[in-house]
Amino acid sequence: MTQLKLLGTTALVLGLAAPAMAQEIRFMCYSDGNECEVYDDVLTRFEAANPGVDVIVDVVPYQAILENLPVQLAAGTGPDIAKVTDLGGLNQYYLDLTPHIDTGYWDASFGGTLDWYRVGDRQGYYGLHSQLTITGAFANATLFEQAGIEMPGDGATWEDWAAASRAVAEATGTPFPMAIDRSGHRVAGPAISYGAQYFDAEGNGSFAGFEPFAAAFVGWNEDGTFARDVWASQGGATYQDAAQEFINGQLVFYYSGSWQVGRMDSQVGDLFDWQVVGSPCGPAGACSGMPGGAGIVGFEQSQNPEIVAAVIDFLAQEDVYAEVAARTRNLPAHLGVAAAGVEFEGASPAAQAALNAFAGDLANVSPIAFAYQGYAGNRAMFGITVERLSQAIVGELSVEDAVARMGEDLAAAMAESR
Amino acid sequence: MAETTGQGANAPAPTHGRDSGASRDGLALRLISPVMRLVEIPMLFLQRLLGINRLAWVFLLPNLVLFGLFAFLPVILNIAYAATGGDNVLLADRPYVGARNFVTLGDCASYLDPNSCREDKFWRAVWNTAWFVTLQVGIMVGFSLLTAIVLNREIRARGFFRAVFFFPVLLSPVVVALIWKWILQREGVLNAFLDWTGVGGYNWLVDADWAFGWSVFLSVWAHMGFYTLILLAGLQAIPRDVYEAATMDRASPWRVFRRITLPLLSPTMLVVLVLALIKGVQTFDEVYAFTGGGPGTATTFIIQYIYEEGFAGAPRLFGLAAAASLLVAGVLVVLTLVQLWLNRRSADG
Repeated sequence: MTQLKLLGTTALVLGLAAPAMAQEIRFMCYSDGNECEVYDDVLTRFEAANPGVDVIVDVVPYQAILENLPVQLAAGTGPDIAKVTDLGGLNQYYLDLTPHIDTGYWDASFGGTLDWYRVGDRQGYYGLHSQLTITGAFANATLFEQAGIEMPGDGATWEDWAAASRAVAEATGTPFPMAIDRSGHRVAGPAISYGAQYFDAEGNGSFAGFEPFAAAFVGWNEDGTFARDVWASQGGATYQDAAQEFINGQLVFYYSGSWQVGRMDSQVGDLFDWQVVGSPCGPAGACSGMPGGAGIVGFEQSQNPEIVAAVIDFLAQEDVYAEVAARTRNLPAHLGVAAAGVEFEGASPAAQAALNAFAGDLANVSPIAFAYQGYAGNRAMFGITVERLSQAIVGELSVEDAVARMGEDLAAAMAESR
Repeated sequence: MAETTGQGANAPAPTHGRDSGASRDGLALRLISPVMRLVEIPMLFLQRLLGINRLAWVFLLPNLVLFGLFAFLPVILNIAYAATGGDNVLLADRPYVGARNFVTLGDCASYLDPNSCREDKFWRAVWNTAWFVTLQVGIMVGFSLLTAIVLNREIRARGFFRAVFFFPVLLSPVVVALIWKWILQREGVLNAFLDWTGVGGYNWLVDADWAFGWSVFLSVWAHMGFYTLILLAGLQAIPRDVYEAATMDRASPWRVFRRITLPLLSPTMLVVLVLALIKGVQTFDEVYAFTGGGPGTATTFIIQYIYEEGFAGAPRLFGLAAAASLLVAGVLVVLTLVQLWLNRRSADG
């Protein structure tokens, strides 16, 4: 009888435990710095407030987000939540959070970034933009000082910076005057400043107006203004940055983005003075950087959509969002948090100033850049830009042919996607 | 004699040994027998039902299922993907496009000029692969033969040198690529040495011709040990008395090499050549980790093209990648058939 009671009790406990175990949420996360670690920590508070819910943060390399996640989602074996950068590109799999959240709060807090996750008829609430970034330039102030050359001021053009950087490099024996990361996203701001439209009249992706920037950029790579190593040492659409060259003091002007601030802060230290100088202007009048970053989304295929929505909504609350932004030293996309200002945790005065400079440069972002970031086909366009521009730089294609090929590649990619 | 007598006198000892072996066999038989009796009943039933010849298929079935699942099914799926379009990974959601992917790949004004092709990256990869295979296989087989001949001689520390030449084969392709990248990058070991000697460094991996040349070198360095080993085995299989007879006839070393070594080594050479060709066409990992296919597309080979179209790019063009991979498979099948034909011809004398 006692054994029977014991068996009965065990069965009851297991029966009660089963639903609790079913509320396990898997969050596929990659880190640029300490993001996943911070999320894991913050979400323990969510778990404490929601007994029986277990949010497991699976830390993966960024490559897994780019290459494995889309295949997993297509096969129906994806996680419940993920941190993604292909914002609109994965829209078909996103869970619409609308029934589970206060949409008024989300509209007031996240404004235009909500559109980055929307595509076509799917106009719900899908993503929490957790990490706002903006491309911009880092200048080695010490090298300018050593060369006795004044740093170009506000409103300076790419040509101004190229001339100044060349002069500084020559005067100080620095190997590289300038560098831009090997990325279609990174050259988008400068290309817009040179007249790239990125959209045609129907709102489809286009490389119209890209040629002036392509010609200038290829010319700068040929005459040694830009570090040829960055764009010519790789093939395909492989990403390559020049952060190490800048950190080693071998580069005068480095065009990358706000996410590099932490790295500069910790690795440059007091070896030399550096500062963020925003995005130079181009002949088309714009002085635009490119916004971007990462967001947290839920997936329709989750067994627990309510909990997924609750987790994302928890991270979207102003106090939690502010804490995460401060601890991860990321620019906030939450309008309330941005307005209140963020005291970035552990950031040196230089890093704090750099982050503020990047945040200030957001006002100069062209509407084209903002729309391009939210365009579902932008990943294809980024890849095409890198491949064809690299071919022009190494002389496999003329600039004219490279731009023509970019248009053909895009048309083929879009036709295949449809 | 005494031992022989002794053995004969102690006849029970070996008999005892046989007994223990027999008892072990007996034990095994006793353990297996019940199982066999259990199997016997359905087997006899199946034999009566299907006949002895058809029963063979029952034994083959497990292997056929596994082989079909992991070898034939992917091939069939590949063919199916090659005949479909779109960027969806699920076959059910992919529209049938017939031969469109093959037409796209083959749409060229001149196959000798990749710029005139619709899918210019594919033809650049094809030509790069063709050049790479020609150079790499030629150099590698030549050096492997030379090394094998040297290592086949009675030289000091022969075992050590054999190990030295074989060592790179044991390394992972990524490790091979990273080692040479560290040596050849702008601030690498080679440039540091060249700077030290006053010659001055060079940006090897940013120059298309040099990057291609170093890719060939790296591949030869990484793989020649394997082919050296095969050729060494082939050289050691040549009877010594043929060489002794040639020495007695005062034949020159070059004549011995041309008239004895090369003809008797030719079946092994053939195997090495075809294996190296197949491996050369499949080159991907080490060069991808070494140069990423660049600068531009200078070191982009056909497998990298397939990987980038199907998996790395956006949108993922699985159809185009599958069509290209079928073309590569066709080339490899042709190479294998040539090997089989040459082997048969060589065996027939």
